[in-house]
Amino acid sequence: MKGTNLGEFEELVLLTIAALMEEAYSVAICEEIEKVTGRSVKLSVVHAVLNRLDKKGFVKSHLGEPTKARGGRRKRFFTVTHAGKATLSKVKEQRDQLWQLIPEFNLKMI
Amino acid sequence: MKPQGIQPPKWAFRFLEWYCKPELLEDLQGDLHEYFDKTLEEKGARRAKVNYIIDVIKFFKPYTIKKLEILDQLTQFIMFKNYFKTSVRSIGRNKLFSAINIFGLAVSMSVCLLMITMYTEVKSYDKFHNDIDNLYRINSFQQYMDRDTYRYASTSLYLGNRMREEIPGISSITLLRRNAGGDAKVGDNTFPVDALYADEEFFDVLSFKLIRGTSSTALLEPNTIVITDETAEKLFKGKDPLDQTINLKGKDFKVTGVVEKPPFNSHMRFQALVSLTTLVEEMNSNEEVSNWPTFSGIWMNYIYFRTQEGISSSDIQARLDVICEEESNLLEHTTISTAIEPVSKIMTGESNMSNQLGNSMGREPLLLFAGLAFIVILSAGFNYTNLSIARSLRRSKEVGVRKVVGAKRAQIFSQFIVEATLISLASLVLAVFGFYLIKPLFLGINPEIESIFRLELGIEQVFYFLAFAILVGVFAGFLPALFLSKLKAISILKTNSNTKLFSRIALRKSLLVVQFTLSLIFIIAATIANRQFQYAMNYDMGFTTDNVLTLQLEGNDPFETETILERIPEIESISKSAFVLSVGSTWGTQMFSEDKLDSATIYYLSVDHKYIPMMEHKLLAGSNFPAKEKVENEESLILNETALKKFRLGTPEEAIGKIVEFDNQDLMISGVVEDFHNQTLGSEIRSFAFRHLPQNAGVLNLKLSTSDMVNTREKIKAAWDEFDQVHEFNATFYEDRIEDAYAMFSVLYKIVGFLAFLTICIASLGLLGMGVYTAETRLKEISVRKVLGATEGSLVKLLSKSFMLLLLLAAVIAIPITYFLFESVILADQAYRAPIGILELTLGVIIIFSIGFFTIGSQTLKAAKANPAETLRAE
Repeated sequence: MKGTNLGEFEELVLLTIAALMEEAYSVAICEEIEKVTGRSVKLSVVHAVLNRLDKKGFVKSHLGEPTKARGGRRKRFFTVTHAGKATLSKVKEQRDQLWQLIPEFNLKMI
Repeated sequence: MKPQGIQPPKWAFRFLEWYCKPELLEDLQGDLHEYFDKTLEEKGARRAKVNYIIDVIKFFKPYTIKKLEILDQLTQFIMFKNYFKTSVRSIGRNKLFSAINIFGLAVSMSVCLLMITMYTEVKSYDKFHNDIDNLYRINSFQQYMDRDTYRYASTSLYLGNRMREEIPGISSITLLRRNAGGDAKVGDNTFPVDALYADEEFFDVLSFKLIRGTSSTALLEPNTIVITDETAEKLFKGKDPLDQTINLKGKDFKVTGVVEKPPFNSHMRFQALVSLTTLVEEMNSNEEVSNWPTFSGIWMNYIYFRTQEGISSSDIQARLDVICEEESNLLEHTTISTAIEPVSKIMTGESNMSNQLGNSMGREPLLLFAGLAFIVILSAGFNYTNLSIARSLRRSKEVGVRKVVGAKRAQIFSQFIVEATLISLASLVLAVFGFYLIKPLFLGINPEIESIFRLELGIEQVFYFLAFAILVGVFAGFLPALFLSKLKAISILKTNSNTKLFSRIALRKSLLVVQFTLSLIFIIAATIANRQFQYAMNYDMGFTTDNVLTLQLEGNDPFETETILERIPEIESISKSAFVLSVGSTWGTQMFSEDKLDSATIYYLSVDHKYIPMMEHKLLAGSNFPAKEKVENEESLILNETALKKFRLGTPEEAIGKIVEFDNQDLMISGVVEDFHNQTLGSEIRSFAFRHLPQNAGVLNLKLSTSDMVNTREKIKAAWDEFDQVHEFNATFYEDRIEDAYAMFSVLYKIVGFLAFLTICIASLGLLGMGVYTAETRLKEISVRKVLGATEGSLVKLLSKSFMLLLLLAAVIAIPITYFLFESVILADQAYRAPIGILELTLGVIIIFSIGFFTIGSQTLKAAKANPAETLRAE
């Protein structure tokens, strides 16, 4: 088992999977991240991250039904596992804690 | 809109399939396909394809790549021991087949080993020179008007001098000239020495090791000489040769250096080097010689040079071309051009080059021999393939069981490859013995071969041998392995009938046909070559050579020698000539027609008045030269008919008395002889003249009138040895000289004949194996037929009919191929040659047929004679 820390991009991908719900497969994840963050995301990078998340046990995958659009090949859909959800909320919690320490005006100065 | 039918690049798609883990593959393919379609719509087909390729390459990451099948390979390795064991058992069980295979392979491999050693030896030639890639020689091409170009390894000193002065980029250049040798005298010691003229840069360009003396000054002064350690030992016997004096051809030379004897693998060989300045001084002091050296004097001289770093030979060539064009413009009718040849290529370069300074094997004979060796090994390989496939029936059960237990196809395949390789390695051991057996035979075919090759085995050769044996094993075992590994376990183990397994019969038959076609081609080629040789030997040359012994004078005075030999009673008469005619060497000069407008080359031989009667040349008009001892001023010429035609001198009678300019002097035609072959039979009869110059004799022709040739020759030798202790007695019968001149055919005949013998042996062994096999498998059928009343004769006919048909087919293929090969390739440039007759073509076929019939017939007869009760009872 690899380390359970989440990298920045990993967190992004994991969140996108959660947000996309039933429609989370590689190409869709790519497009969604591009749409939200506005940065260009390479498919190969997303693939590598998905593979890593899978190894860490944060996501699981299953193959869908074959469609004509992909030359008859099935999509691999990803869902966030319980461990994934727990890690996500833990990250959010840590961030929230830190946020609360920051006085409001200071933030506005930045 | 999305354009229809555009697909991602196939190879990229396959590449992905090849490297990607199966569990990730489908998803990845789908994703890439989706992207491809998207880019196709947005940016067009080109962009989409490029992106697809980039993506496929990008995905080539550790997590996507298939795991190496280490486990599989490990089993292969473990199983190797088992393969080895089963192979040895199977070899042991089928003693006859294994013996046929091993013997056949060994015989043909020994020929290939010879070839490999020969090849490595030729490759090693001249490699001892430092930085060999930067060492070049200059070749010359001479063309008169628009006739054929003559090619020479020699060039002119004049060009060398201009190169040295005018062409930049040459780091060192040396000029050489041959024929510096002669008799070397030190005190009472005399030895003939083979020497070259060389200039002071000789040791800068060529890496011959100077043991004594200074390399930069050794060949600088006139009348200096550098001798090899071997020559030094002969001449000075342990004394220090440096600064001693050697008398060479009557002139004193100071020894300024001792060089190591040129190694065996040097194309250039010499016993001494004379400084080129000696020659320059001689020429300059000779008042008759003006403006020497000339550009067109390209017969005796050689240029070797090295280029500076960063300068390619083509740069030098461009400058040379300019010089040659400039100089050729000054010549009448003749164009001389040059080409730069790397020294490393001299040995393997083109073989049609005259004036070589030493040995040159040439590419073509090497390729020819390699091709022949390849055919022989091919034949033996076919034997293995054929017999293995035929016997695969017996091994199929083993394959079936292996497959059931879990062997993969690749494993079965490697098992049979291992078996074939074992056989070929066993053959290699035998082949090495064979190699030592045929090596002296090969070297003894021709003295030239012996001077080029040693054929010694070293580590390198042994390594090549092993690699070669493994290669042969893999190739020979490839088809049987492929065939056996393809079998399906179910069909082998379930069906009792073996009919399906016999489906490879067509393949086996075609292999047999190829084998026998090759054997036939060899045997026919050998007979034709022999016939051509005999033809040349017995050809009516137009003059008589019976009982004529030709004695090389080796520099002795012809008249003195004649006086000494005249005392021997068995010598009927003695005539003098410059060299031995019609055996390859020719001398030529320019002759002008009567009106002095046209000039052309005419070949000549200087003779005395006794030569023409002795050789029984037929005089058509005029008379022989007058009996004269020495001829101070030439007066007359005797021409042949062709010369009359060429120079338009009319009929023989008309020509007598006419004056022609010949070799820069006006001579009268005093006689005309009937045309005879003044060249070898390879070329047409050329215009030819006899000159009356007895003092120029290099050869004495002794007509013997005795039945005891051997003793007479000994007698003459004794007389020779008495007055010339220095030179070997060098006398050969004219007939033998002619035989030597056609040695090419005799060498061809011997080599091809030997290979023909081998291929026939191998092919017959294969046939024997097939015969045994057929008889064995059809034993039951034969017995049943016999019980039902078939006669032995009809059974033999039944069994051998298909084989004989194959042989017939082979003959039908082989005869036209060989005929064509000889008619239009090998003998095409022979002006006079034996016609290829029915006998030559069919003799081989008859031999093959009788051998085939004998092998097959004996086996089938054995089977047919067997008692049916014995075979049928065993069931």
